[in-house]
Amino acid sequence: MNLLQVEHVSKRFAQHTALDDVSLAVPRGSVYGLLGPNGAGKTTLIRIINRITAPDTGRVLFDGREIRPEDIRRIGYLPEERGLYKKMKVGEQALFFARLKGLSRRDATERLRTWFERFGIEAWWDKRVEELSKGMAQKVQFIVTVLHRPELLIFDEPFSGFDPINANLLKEEILALRDAGATVIFSTHNMASVEEVCDHITLIDKSHDILSGRVADIRRSHGDNLFDVTWRGDAAALENAVRGRCELLDRTDDGSAYRTARIRIDRNDGVRGVLAALNEAVEIRSFSEVIPSMNDIFIRAVNGSL
Amino acid sequence: MSQIRIIIGREFNERVRKKSFIVSTLLMPVLLLGLMLAPALIMQFSRGETKRIAVIDRSGLVLPQLESDSELAFEATDLPLERARRELTDRFGILWIGPDPVAQPDDIRLYANASSSISIESNITGQIEKIVENEKLKGYDIENLAQILDEVRTRVTMRTFRNDESQEEDSAARSSAAATVAGFALGMLLYMFLLIYGAMVMQSVIEEKHSRVLEVMVSSVRPFDLMMGKILGIASVAVVQILLWGALVLVAGTVVLPHLLPADVLAGMQAAQGGDAAAAAQLDPALLTALGTAMDAGYIAALLGWLLLFLVGGYLLYSAMFAAVGSSVDNVQDAQQLQTPITIPIILAFLAAMSVMNDPNSAVAFWFSIIPFTSPVVMMTRIPCGIPLWEILLSLVLLYASFVAMVWLAAKIYRVGIFMHGKKPTLRELYKWCRYKY
Repeated sequence: MNLLQVEHVSKRFAQHTALDDVSLAVPRGSVYGLLGPNGAGKTTLIRIINRITAPDTGRVLFDGREIRPEDIRRIGYLPEERGLYKKMKVGEQALFFARLKGLSRRDATERLRTWFERFGIEAWWDKRVEELSKGMAQKVQFIVTVLHRPELLIFDEPFSGFDPINANLLKEEILALRDAGATVIFSTHNMASVEEVCDHITLIDKSHDILSGRVADIRRSHGDNLFDVTWRGDAAALENAVRGRCELLDRTDDGSAYRTARIRIDRNDGVRGVLAALNEAVEIRSFSEVIPSMNDIFIRAVNGSL
Repeated sequence: MSQIRIIIGREFNERVRKKSFIVSTLLMPVLLLGLMLAPALIMQFSRGETKRIAVIDRSGLVLPQLESDSELAFEATDLPLERARRELTDRFGILWIGPDPVAQPDDIRLYANASSSISIESNITGQIEKIVENEKLKGYDIENLAQILDEVRTRVTMRTFRNDESQEEDSAARSSAAATVAGFALGMLLYMFLLIYGAMVMQSVIEEKHSRVLEVMVSSVRPFDLMMGKILGIASVAVVQILLWGALVLVAGTVVLPHLLPADVLAGMQAAQGGDAAAAAQLDPALLTALGTAMDAGYIAALLGWLLLFLVGGYLLYSAMFAAVGSSVDNVQDAQQLQTPITIPIILAFLAAMSVMNDPNSAVAFWFSIIPFTSPVVMMTRIPCGIPLWEILLSLVLLYASFVAMVWLAAKIYRVGIFMHGKKPTLRELYKWCRYKY
């Protein structure tokens, strides 16, 4: 069941097209990556989902029906450009945003206390935002985003500005929110974090969705049937074994006991035969498929060489 | 609706709790009072020491009757003119009066050692004129002259009533001087409020856009609610400030002022208001009515009521425009050019208000107080002088109607503007934004 479905959405501005027939489906309880180079149209898409702007054509379904103004309260949005009132005190400000999302003053205060404790920032309650460092303000902003327990969370570049320790803390919180039932949309350039946390992705480039699906499937389907073999034994035997069965692309020969070779097996059913032949010829320490990283896929997709 | 309330609450609390609000609310009346008293104080202090004038009176007629006061002290001198002019340089001057001032009133000279002034010269000529007139009257040889003169001397007391306003005999007279001053003060106040609070809205929108708070806000609040919340929140601050000032003026007028005035002035004033002209006669009637007006709680309250209506209406109209400008730029410097079309009508209104003070019923006064952009300032200048109710109501209706239209327009610009960063837009582009569809 998809919590959010974007169907054939297009949006034109005066001089350019921001989105052209973009569709995506976000399964409930998943972490969904929204990828794309700068200016591809991600922010416009997020704004359309948030009902900040309306699409020219196409529609957005939330929970199986067309999205309504009141659904906004079921969404939490952390924009890429963080914004807090600089002169306002942290606690008061968090309360203000929470109440705008429909929480009562009492509920909001209670939940804020819990979150502040969890992040170890209780002491900041009466500090002004301008006294906080960037990372501190980010934490406050994160709390404000998730406080009203939205079903759909949209994070735009959530890790920017965080040190590795806090980035990790944040990642764990995001996964914990998912485990608690929330659906997360995640817009980022950080491909390593995509591999770590995203279940599905859609890649948007030049206003089009050019790639979407499960992360694992996408990576596998973009593999070039390459395999790495780590072996020990006679090089000539290895060459003999692979001859006619597959292509030997590369071989390290740095004199160490174990050497690595990269082979391409064109037919899917050929893996077994190759492996059997290799096993006869040399001692195999490892045999693994070379799966491209999301980073490679991203760059290849955007450069149009998929 | 509840979201607008939350936003209004934030805007209000953030501003009212600021020290600058409290200080300016308390200090402004003091400052205004100071401005009003300044001319009198300057006169008081610039008077300086008494100027001594040596008098050579060849007629022997004038000198005994010259009266010295705190400004001028006359003293006789036996020296001939030439020596007096050379030697008496420590005096302010030497007054030379010819042998027969009655026949030759132009044979009078003042040799001043320092620069003379109109007030000194009119003091001297006034006194001499009176003395000469008395001498001439004596020449007619009338019996009981002094008594006749005393009886002839009359002081005219005129109090101005409004036919359309007060049919009852005993209703208080309105001082037109007080009304003009009040009109000017109210027009001035509105002018300042429109500019100051309008700019406050603009600045606050720019700040929210700059700090990207807007980005967070629009994910939970409609841009229209956001804009209206800000406008109304700041409006409530303005209303509170006006009410506080109104209360201060009311207290000053009805409680403090009576204690400060001398008892005879107060009694005379009450007599004048009660229609007892004879009892009030020994005091300046213009002053009495002015004071009466200043202490008339009903009059002040009525003015305050109109003031609030025009203030809020004018503020809403202008702040909607200021909000639109604020939303379309990235910083205050860029706003300068776009805000010119907004400030011009305010300044125009202020200039019109100046001319209205001379004639509150001229065609200029009428039209400027009906046209919405200038009406708040100009109408507030006219109201204390007393104008027909229908004019005020028409002006109010037009003002609030144009506010609604302006908010509709401003909201369209605001919606587009808050997401536009970078190049500052031209007026043409703003017009295009109005036609964007969302």
